[in-house]
Amino acid sequence: MEMPQPNSEILSKKAKIAAALRAVLPYDAVIDDPSETRAYECDALTAYRCPPMIAVLPSTTQEVSDILKICHREGVPVVPRGSGTSLAGGALPTADCVILGVAKMNNVLETDYENRLIRVQSGRTNLSVSGAVEEEDFFYAPDPSSQLACAIAGNIAMNSGGAHCLKYGVTTNNLMGVTLVMMDGEIVEIGGGYLDAPGLDILGVICGSEGQLGVVTEATLRILPKPEGARPVMIAFDSNEVAGACVADIIKAGVLPVAIEFMDRPIIEICESFAKAGYPDCEALLIVEVEGSEAEIQDQLGRISVIAQKHNPVELRQSQSAAESAAIWLGRKSAFGAVGQVADYMCLDGTIPVSALPEVLRRIKELSEHYGLRVGNVFHAGDGNMHPLIMFNANKEGDLELCEAMGADVLRLCVEVGGCLTGEHGVGIEKRDLMEDQYTAEDLDIQMAVKDVFDPGWLLNPSKVFPLSVSQSRRAS
Amino acid sequence: MSDRLYPESEAALVAALRETAEPLQIMGGGTRPIGNIAPAQILSTSRLQGITLYEPGAMTLVAKSGTTIEEIETVLTAEKQRLAFEPMDHRAILRTSGHPTLGGVIAANVSGPRRIQVGAARDFALGVTFVDGTGQVLSNGGRVMKNVTGYDLVKLMSGSWGTLGVLTEVALKVLPIAETQATLNVHVATWADAVACMSAALGTPFDVSGAATVQAEDGGFDSLIRVEGFETSVQYRVTELTKRLAQFGAVDVVHDPWAEVKDLSAWAGLDTVWRISLRPTDSLKLIALMQELNQERGFHCQLDWGGGLIWLGLEAVQIADAQAGLALHHAVQALVAQLGGHATLLTSDLLRDQELRHFQPLGPAIERVSQTLREKFDPRGILNPGRMS
Repeated sequence: MEMPQPNSEILSKKAKIAAALRAVLPYDAVIDDPSETRAYECDALTAYRCPPMIAVLPSTTQEVSDILKICHREGVPVVPRGSGTSLAGGALPTADCVILGVAKMNNVLETDYENRLIRVQSGRTNLSVSGAVEEEDFFYAPDPSSQLACAIAGNIAMNSGGAHCLKYGVTTNNLMGVTLVMMDGEIVEIGGGYLDAPGLDILGVICGSEGQLGVVTEATLRILPKPEGARPVMIAFDSNEVAGACVADIIKAGVLPVAIEFMDRPIIEICESFAKAGYPDCEALLIVEVEGSEAEIQDQLGRISVIAQKHNPVELRQSQSAAESAAIWLGRKSAFGAVGQVADYMCLDGTIPVSALPEVLRRIKELSEHYGLRVGNVFHAGDGNMHPLIMFNANKEGDLELCEAMGADVLRLCVEVGGCLTGEHGVGIEKRDLMEDQYTAEDLDIQMAVKDVFDPGWLLNPSKVFPLSVSQSRRAS
Repeated sequence: MSDRLYPESEAALVAALRETAEPLQIMGGGTRPIGNIAPAQILSTSRLQGITLYEPGAMTLVAKSGTTIEEIETVLTAEKQRLAFEPMDHRAILRTSGHPTLGGVIAANVSGPRRIQVGAARDFALGVTFVDGTGQVLSNGGRVMKNVTGYDLVKLMSGSWGTLGVLTEVALKVLPIAETQATLNVHVATWADAVACMSAALGTPFDVSGAATVQAEDGGFDSLIRVEGFETSVQYRVTELTKRLAQFGAVDVVHDPWAEVKDLSAWAGLDTVWRISLRPTDSLKLIALMQELNQERGFHCQLDWGGGLIWLGLEAVQIADAQAGLALHHAVQALVAQLGGHATLLTSDLLRDQELRHFQPLGPAIERVSQTLREKFDPRGILNPGRMS
């Protein structure tokens, strides 16, 4: 993965820049000792590492503004960072950058149950947003797998999803407003406690812009009353195709579960040996979760069972207790960790039309055989968001490159069948060089023109999202 | 050239945009003449017709921008699906004819009562193809449910009123039609009780899909609370909601009122209508302002989205003259600016010739960003110039 050469002129000004930052921040909020900046050398895409020049940890919007003014004046690239859980390298530093971490900014600023919203500082973790409204039986709906650790700032940057977005939508559908600090330090309020934009939907383009348009320091989020209950059913099939057809039939029948998760044989086996969830011996497993009162749950699960029975499942098991529900989910939720126990892996997140599921699974299997790398598939089937996990051995020479090549082929396949490179993880550096497979030069140019408006000097997270060759002239200007 | 251009293909639309030297008025079905419309040659997308893809099992529909909403709904209904954001039909209150189009719905981000539960038109737009002001064909998003590949220009195009580009094709997420619906009417005494009642309903776990309040004939107010789903589930939730909402007033189950709530068809004869989005409980402050400023002559008001969407209407006899109307308009936008939100003047015969901002004025930074974005998408300034002011 190529990254631009660090700017030696900026590196030579390191002491001056650190001093300027210390003038506006508490002493310990500026980290410039190479032994300490190393803590920020990567995010959850650990294959790529580069310590930043300096890391700063502001506590307020005003401090963020002060930092950006200094960096703007000195022409220093800034890489915003939430909790560093990006799987796409969204928070990967360059050697000449300032990492701006929002982790200290984790306060709840306002909870308003009457209007069903919460306002938080953006460093607050996803799960702790729900935690803050739990006692009134509310929750924040987007639930990325990393929700224990990931920050709202990163959720907004990547427009994160989760297992339950089939019903509740992703971040952009639950985000009402932000406080944004522009690269020149200007603080701007966008949206708030009301719905929809007064003019152009600027909030809509901020969400998912991967920290390239501004730094989000505060967010107004929609909160929802918790459902009375939720329960999964587990349905096992002897082929991926049949499982895929069952998903389509459930959706067509008008039952809208909150989640439909799909696991294929390699993942089922790995998860079962790791979590002992009691998964059956089968080719494909669906976990379908519904919500509501006890009677509503029974009614919906009954309808789903009728549909599933038409596809001759190997097994169909309705959870009978909270413990059983937890066991069913445990296997699924520990999938990434379980695979990590048996191999190094790369997690992709291309999205495809649900109808293309059988074809894509078949062709991923062919690619797996061609490259000689094992692949497991675990994903959100209701919305076609795939998560192929390509397993490799990081200690074996050439294996990472082989895995990357196969990953690129899988993502090109997703685009070819009418899907996209990334459904919820973001482009970052990981899929940056594949953008031309999805978009024309003109399509990419208009996106970059949007960045030009917010950050004309291309100082915010500049080496991400767009292929370096495509953004070269802008970054150099 | 004639005074209307009706390209029948994307290529013809590109040619029309490249050839023109003058500003154009971009139009779909022409049923929503909202905003500051400068006299200009009309460029209509109404002949870009046809559903290009519909996969019920994937809940996805792709259609050309000029396809009528009516056609889309017919096709969806056959598969027991629908546009869940239930786009409002503006023809009654704006006294327009013609057929609302998909492009128009997305360009104006038109939603209805269910927006409070499922999201707005912009939340259901998965992908767009459009022609920018230089005649380039551009695409963003796609046809899949989840897509974070690059910037989300689908959102930016939604609600941009043709000022950034002319939509040629839109991919939509669609949802199943609920088996049944039921609506409770809670008869409340005051606007404050209405907002409290709707808030309480939306704060329950019963998945309320509509929460609106209309003025009743007896001087009170009818708070309408909708639930949808399978029959047994709807019955259960009606029972539970009735118990919890009885504290606000007498509760009845009523016939489906939502078409009228959505389209404001009862307001067809009004002279002036504003559409305002606020934090729901702030709606009471706006109502108080209207009561203060127009107490003697009165005004019409309807709340939707649990109080977050406020419709204000005036009959011709409820405004003294254009000066008074203008003063009201400025007072409404000023209060909304202070509270955070937006107020749009949808229609007004009385204020037709007045110079005013139809859309809520933006803060200086957002105004600057918006203008610079428009310069990037439409450097010649030919696409609906000034429409959103």
